[in-house]
Amino acid sequence: MSIFKFVLRRLAFGLGALIAISAAIFFVTQGLPADPAKTILGRDATPENLEALRAILGLDRPLLSQYFGWLTDVVRGDFGTSFTTQMSVSTYLGPRFGNSLFIMLIGTIVSIPISLLLGGYMALKRDSLFDSSSSFATLVFAALPEFVMGTGLIVIFATTVFQWFPAVVFLDEGAAPWSDPMGVVLPITTLVLGCIPYVSRTMRASMVEVLESDYIEMARLKGVSERNVLLRHAFPNALGPVFQVSALNIAYLVGGAVIVERLFNYPGVGSALTDAIRVRDLPVIQFLSLLIGSVYVLTNLIADVATVLVTPRLRTTLK
Amino acid sequence: MHSPVFPQVLTGAVMTKGLRVTDLRLNVSATGDDIVDEVRISIEPGKVLALVGESGSGKTTVGLAVLGHSRRGVTIAHGRVECADTEVLGLDDDAKRKIRGELVSYVPQDPASSLNPALRIGVQLMEALEVHDFGGSVESRKVRLKQMMEEVLLPTDDEYLLRYPHQLSGGQQQRVGLAMAFACRPSVIVLDEPTTGLDVSTQEHVLKTIRQLTRDHGVAALYITHDLAVVADLADDVAVMYAGRIVECGSVKDIFTNAAHPYTKHLVIAAPDIEGKKEIVGLAGRAPSPGKRPTGCSFALRCESADDACRSVFPAEVSVATGHVTRCIKIGKLPNVVVVKPRASQTIESGASVVVLQDVSAGYSGKVVVHNVSLSIRRGECLALVGESGSGKTTVSRAIGGLHREWTGSMSFNGAELQKTARRRTSGARQGIQYIFQNPYGSLNPRRTIGESISRPLAIIGTSKSESRKAVLDVLEKVNLPGSYAGKYPDQLSGGERQRVAIARALVSNPVVLVCDEVTSALDVLVQAAIIDLLGDLRKQLGLAMLFVTHNLPLVRSIADEVAVMSEGRIVEVGPAESVIGNPQQAYTKSLIMATPSIERSMR
Amino acid sequence: MSTMAEEVSKKTNFLASAWKMHRAKIGFAITLVVVALALVGPFFAPFTATEFVDMPNTVEVPGTFFGTDFLGQDVWSRFLLGGRSILFLGAMSTIIGVLMGAMLGVVAAYVKGALNSFIMRTFDIVIAFPGILWALLLVSMLGSSSFLIILATVVSTVPRVGRIIYGAAVAVVERDFVSAATAIGESRLRIVFREILPNTTSTLLVETNLRFTYSIGGIASLAFLGFTSDPTGANWGTMVQENSSAIILQPWGVILPVIAIALLTIGTGLIGDAFSRVSAGIDRGRND
Repeated sequence: MSIFKFVLRRLAFGLGALIAISAAIFFVTQGLPADPAKTILGRDATPENLEALRAILGLDRPLLSQYFGWLTDVVRGDFGTSFTTQMSVSTYLGPRFGNSLFIMLIGTIVSIPISLLLGGYMALKRDSLFDSSSSFATLVFAALPEFVMGTGLIVIFATTVFQWFPAVVFLDEGAAPWSDPMGVVLPITTLVLGCIPYVSRTMRASMVEVLESDYIEMARLKGVSERNVLLRHAFPNALGPVFQVSALNIAYLVGGAVIVERLFNYPGVGSALTDAIRVRDLPVIQFLSLLIGSVYVLTNLIADVATVLVTPRLRTTLK
Repeated sequence: MHSPVFPQVLTGAVMTKGLRVTDLRLNVSATGDDIVDEVRISIEPGKVLALVGESGSGKTTVGLAVLGHSRRGVTIAHGRVECADTEVLGLDDDAKRKIRGELVSYVPQDPASSLNPALRIGVQLMEALEVHDFGGSVESRKVRLKQMMEEVLLPTDDEYLLRYPHQLSGGQQQRVGLAMAFACRPSVIVLDEPTTGLDVSTQEHVLKTIRQLTRDHGVAALYITHDLAVVADLADDVAVMYAGRIVECGSVKDIFTNAAHPYTKHLVIAAPDIEGKKEIVGLAGRAPSPGKRPTGCSFALRCESADDACRSVFPAEVSVATGHVTRCIKIGKLPNVVVVKPRASQTIESGASVVVLQDVSAGYSGKVVVHNVSLSIRRGECLALVGESGSGKTTVSRAIGGLHREWTGSMSFNGAELQKTARRRTSGARQGIQYIFQNPYGSLNPRRTIGESISRPLAIIGTSKSESRKAVLDVLEKVNLPGSYAGKYPDQLSGGERQRVAIARALVSNPVVLVCDEVTSALDVLVQAAIIDLLGDLRKQLGLAMLFVTHNLPLVRSIADEVAVMSEGRIVEVGPAESVIGNPQQAYTKSLIMATPSIERSMR
Repeated sequence: MSTMAEEVSKKTNFLASAWKMHRAKIGFAITLVVVALALVGPFFAPFTATEFVDMPNTVEVPGTFFGTDFLGQDVWSRFLLGGRSILFLGAMSTIIGVLMGAMLGVVAAYVKGALNSFIMRTFDIVIAFPGILWALLLVSMLGSSSFLIILATVVSTVPRVGRIIYGAAVAVVERDFVSAATAIGESRLRIVFREILPNTTSTLLVETNLRFTYSIGGIASLAFLGFTSDPTGANWGTMVQENSSAIILQPWGVILPVIAIALLTIGTGLIGDAFSRVSAGIDRGRND
């Protein structure tokens, strides 16, 4: 009934957050004393040429008017032209976006179910050898930076120990990522290993709390079979917090992708971003930042709605 | 499909032998220390046995063991639990699951947390029938479901069954719990403080339902509680637990009029009664916890009559009269430790009004919950503000204490107008009005020593360190705590001791008025009595005025001179305690008093 | 005064119960080894960081332990020299970030109203963006001086610490002793820093450790992407990136720093986990 309203309200909040993010990004990138004109023309450019290029790029206008000009363009779907490649940002990033989406999607699809099962089973076998060794392992993986984990995988599975997978991805311009299935295994594995610790630890904590609850004890005292205690009473109640953390992790995957794509030389938006940052390609940086912010806002929205849907107390008290 | 094991459950015919527990012991799994031991109980069909004891005495542990269940970290060491013809503890997990809900069922303490928040109540009720394939078909289960709802006086329409637990009131939730427990017509039912947290009128209805159902269906009921008035009202027999042992067992009459064990005697004289004019008497100390129990009688540490014999060996069960047993070696040789004396009323001369409320209304974010309350508290007088949960009594007291800012009307202290919040009040008003909180576990900063907590009010007004130290020792002595407690942290103290510290902190400012917000509701009955005792003494010694906020009507008789009864944000009746409770004029007050169980009334 | 001594003993109590766990001991031992290596290692480096020793990317070089890297520099020397700056930057940004985050979190929990919304919404927006990206944006726009690397790490630390401490402090604010302090006329500042903050110390300890782990990881990742204050100097993160293309010829240039960073983050992670277990236990046990 009013779930629709709730979604609308959250959407409005998300939009507000996006505008704030866009402003923050814009002022950090455009407002800081780094001169893209100098970057483009190089060290030996004459002051006159720099001035002329700044005018072409619109960098001579007041900052606020630059921001609103950019925002209007963004709303119209025009994200500008890349300084370095001279391609329109959407043409340049379109295929790369698809590539990134591919590894992130697979990463999510693989890691979430594994995490739920692992976390749930750890909770069930609390304080057992399985629980403590899994907890130790997830702890170790949670502590490792992605590039360390990825490099470790390369050393073990691609170069020094075994040579099962390629150490870098060779993807021709415009080729689909699944055309090199062996190549994407290690990047995706790195993302998955980065994700599982958080989600599974949250699932474990949430499940432990539910299993300790009075209504689970009551279900057992009613004579409900152990299988139904878990599937019908415990599992649905444990999911709420897991949605939130899963959303955070999908957003985290985006950050992880920057490192992973760089490490494996994978042509996605992450490596495009590091390249753009290196050469101060502002339109590309701004677009990608906004894109990443949107992913976060959207996944959070989905998580909030999902949490409300699985929690009757929240669902029925929506105003 | 009919259950091959218990055909009588389906026919509803009474051919049970109730509940028999013998030689039951449960251990802390990690250490092997006993939580409860040598427990022996027997309940005839249709009878209610109350298992009474303070928190931590092991009541719930026994209750769960009747269903063959023990919580994490607890092991059933040995014993027999016979429900009707079945010995429960020897069954394997599958068989245990089969009898739970069908032969023996459980009603939990907190209905709100014991119902699955994600499932509709109709689904949860139906599940209780489905797991035992009750009635053999979906159709007959639907019929039974309606019948169950009728038995506990809940609506039977489909809309109601589609509700989620949070959409029900506390009383309704507990009725759902009862319906679920009686669903498969069990022979034995364990009720674990099912009315704790409910208002008295709701409690009355729930108790009535329990009485009716157990009698009509010949169910043997084990009723776990700490509330003696409820016991007197409901039970046939009583078993008193102390430190994991049943120290006395007998009929209700035996226990209340002829208690043999010194602990039982203390419990009875500590219990306030709405009909009585007695002074309640408390007892210092606390029961030893598992692993710290002495070899001898565990009550010896607190017993006035204990000697070396008591301390050397745990007393065996001795018979006092037919069906009345106890575990005390001095039975018959005990002096009547405390005389139940009538409470001396009006011993203090009431003086001028110190706090006056006129037309005070208060609310939360625009919603008014207290309407036009006018009150006055006089010097040396104790005014009790009583009401059920949600009546607005705590809001009023917090406004007086300067802790609630959203109110209108006027309040004065010693004739001077009071500002809304404590921060804006004069330091004289802040010191003069002292607030004592309900929960002693939350009102002391766990990172501060007792001494620091007590002396903070003095430090703020610039008292020197050496003077503060003297003042701290002085107030600790006033609340009967040793001076060494100044160096302790709150988590080293028991609940009663913490409440004494909270009182000491209030006294250090030399207050005129103490605002006591349900100060004993988190405490066991013996500790409660001791705190009430202390507050009464302090009032006499220091000539304090007191506002005593409570939902506990019997307590009012033991402490208050005047009573104001609140309902739905309004004061419905004010007057001297004796006349308001002895001869109430308003319908609401009358119903409240009638709904409150009384030991004296039940014993007549 | 004796009360001070007791306050200290209460804190050591927390540490003592954490120390009883195996993971704390293992974590501490690992961390100690890596920290000692990073701090003392430079004194034992046979070569300087940029000295040319022999043919690039050679494993078997006489007079060296692990051969030469992509520029013909000594791998072992660069490894010994490469931990100091990561450790220093990580520690600095953790201290600053945790202090600021804790302060903002506690204040937000106590004040409620507009200031609370402002602080918390700002946290939300900063968190909406992966920490590594904030760092990349700042460092790429302003350059990669030590100060900016610390600042970039602090930016992502503050809101995360702030939120956690906010959560812990909100629970404390609701407790009666805070009302009691208000009732006796304590100042707001004193309530925030003397009543509320001390009751979040176990959470704070857990967070500090966790943030140290992530700061180390983040700073090493930045170095891996090529952002360090000294591009030619030795740095574990940079070493991984520089030598990864020749990993088949000369794996040591990658393996040594990877193992060092892994051990450091795992070691501090284990200590943090022990803390969080103890702190959860304390909170559980409090109300009987």
